[in-house]
Amino acid sequence: MKSIEDIQSCQYEIAETEDGDITIYVQGRMDSSNASRIIEIFGSLIKDRQPLSMAVDLKKVTYIDDFGALVLVELKDMMTRANGLFDLQNAREEVLFMLDSETLADTTSFIKIRPPNMFIRFGDAIIQYAADVKYLISFVGSVCIAFVYSFLHPKSLRMEETFLYMQKTGVDALPVVAMISFLLGLIVAFMSSVQLQLFGANIYVASLVSLAMSRELGPIMTAIIVAGRSGSSFAAEIGTMKISEEVDALFTMGFDPTRYLVLPKILASVIVVPILTLFSDVFAIFGGLVVGVFMLDLTANAYISETIKTLTVFDVFWGVFKSAVFALLISWIGCLRGFQVKGGAASVGHATTSAVVSSIFLIIVSDAIFTVIIRYLR
Amino acid sequence: MKKRNIVQVKDLIAGYDGEIILDHISFDVLEGEIFIILGGSGCGKSTLLKHLIGLMKPLSGQVIIDGNDISNCDEITFKNILRKIGVLYQSSALFGSMTLAENVSLPIQEYTDLPKKLVDTLVKIKLNLVNLNGYENHLPSEISGGMKKRAGLARAMALNPKILFFDEPSAGLDPVTSVELDNLILSLNKNLGTTMVIVTHELPSIFNVAHRIIMLDRQTKGIIAEGDPNYLKDHSKNRFVRNFFNRQSQNYERISESLKKNRN
Repeated sequence: MKSIEDIQSCQYEIAETEDGDITIYVQGRMDSSNASRIIEIFGSLIKDRQPLSMAVDLKKVTYIDDFGALVLVELKDMMTRANGLFDLQNAREEVLFMLDSETLADTTSFIKIRPPNMFIRFGDAIIQYAADVKYLISFVGSVCIAFVYSFLHPKSLRMEETFLYMQKTGVDALPVVAMISFLLGLIVAFMSSVQLQLFGANIYVASLVSLAMSRELGPIMTAIIVAGRSGSSFAAEIGTMKISEEVDALFTMGFDPTRYLVLPKILASVIVVPILTLFSDVFAIFGGLVVGVFMLDLTANAYISETIKTLTVFDVFWGVFKSAVFALLISWIGCLRGFQVKGGAASVGHATTSAVVSSIFLIIVSDAIFTVIIRYLR
Repeated sequence: MKKRNIVQVKDLIAGYDGEIILDHISFDVLEGEIFIILGGSGCGKSTLLKHLIGLMKPLSGQVIIDGNDISNCDEITFKNILRKIGVLYQSSALFGSMTLAENVSLPIQEYTDLPKKLVDTLVKIKLNLVNLNGYENHLPSEISGGMKKRAGLARAMALNPKILFFDEPSAGLDPVTSVELDNLILSLNKNLGTTMVIVTHELPSIFNVAHRIIMLDRQTKGIIAEGDPNYLKDHSKNRFVRNFFNRQSQNYERISESLKKNRN
């Protein structure tokens, strides 16, 4: 029985004797484009007809590469498993050489490294964590030294860079901070009015919005926005500089990377985030005012005078002070994560995520501490 | 048998917004040839390479790879062309989050349906070919620059492409490793008949492997020399070409003359 079949750029003919011997005459190319199809077709042939022996004739093969050679090895394996014989006919020397080479003889696939067991991983994590803490502390130290140095040598501070970061962290963030604060003021006013209306205490919406925003929500929202916008970008920037050896270049040129890269960022954030927070307060109060005037029948005058009556200078400054601390934490952790980057692109991504997550975590923790402190302070 | 043109560049004008870098360039690469593109810094070698592998679209002209115009074709044809080429990038461009084995197996898994066992064997063969056996489970960040180059080559030829493009393969390699890479290129070319298009200015390697070269020039924005480097070295009409191959400064002759005068 003879038939010519076609698999992409490879044709084959099958000759079968009555004793159950099959000879396949292959023509054309045996390469990566048809390797899997050939295995599939010839494999099912072996399964269906269960030949005693199979021979593959390569006389008319015009091109065969390692994919083709592997196909032959696989067919041989299949025949051996079916207790049959396998033979190659008219194979050129280079094909035989390819089949003979050591890798093919050793067809066992390489062993993938399995992840170590739970205890080893736990131990690794602890060691990693300890190293992280150690690095964290040394980073605090180097930032402090850089600060002191810059204080003693004001000229060494990169003023232009600092202004640039002030613009990136502050001015560019203003629209989104304003928008979010406005809406937040609106929401707080609306939610509280539902309750306060029951007591006819609409006017206290103004107190609630202004106090909540200037002491808690304003600083926290601003800080979270800055963490997402600038903390992540600090980490990504320094991380990319680290893997492209720019940090090393700074070091060998005699610059202190901390002073050169970190200080402008921290300084800019600490100056600009409190100002952003003030803006946030104002916009939130404005949001509350909109609800008060249009939904609660308060006059703008009454709303504003109630706001002024409620807010003390201390409240506003306390919020601003907190936001300065948040800014310090955000920029510090952003830079720290950037410096911890090792290896490639994936590591930069990890550092960026970690910068945002850690800074939000630190913001909330430090805010909790502040709340406890203020409770006993006044 | 006359060899056919596997890469044809016809009247290519290339550049970045408004600035023309290559002006009316035409050349052919024959099948099975080792073809080297060279030239001084900033002459547009890399730009030309980016056009050849379809990363950039020409301002006008055609780039024809194995019969299909890569600069102007539909999505499916483009995919088919990409299947025929492999590129070794200057910095190897290995994926940092994957082991060498995963890097090499990526194109094999994407373009074929071979069983896992065979894919692993192929990966082994490829890494063996570039003398990286035993490094299957290493990450790119754990191996040296030369090894990265070789692993990048293993990945580029994972599917035995018809044409391999190299962007400065010997940049940053020591002479010994560089020669080993040259030998690898030669043996791949001989055994598999792969066409090689190489951008480089490593002189020893040019004389070692090149069948034919073209030299680009920044001033004329075109090709100033084409042919066998061994011939061009002594017989080119262009002085810059001779200087390039003989590794002499552009004003070498002037200096040597003035030295002679001083001696007299």
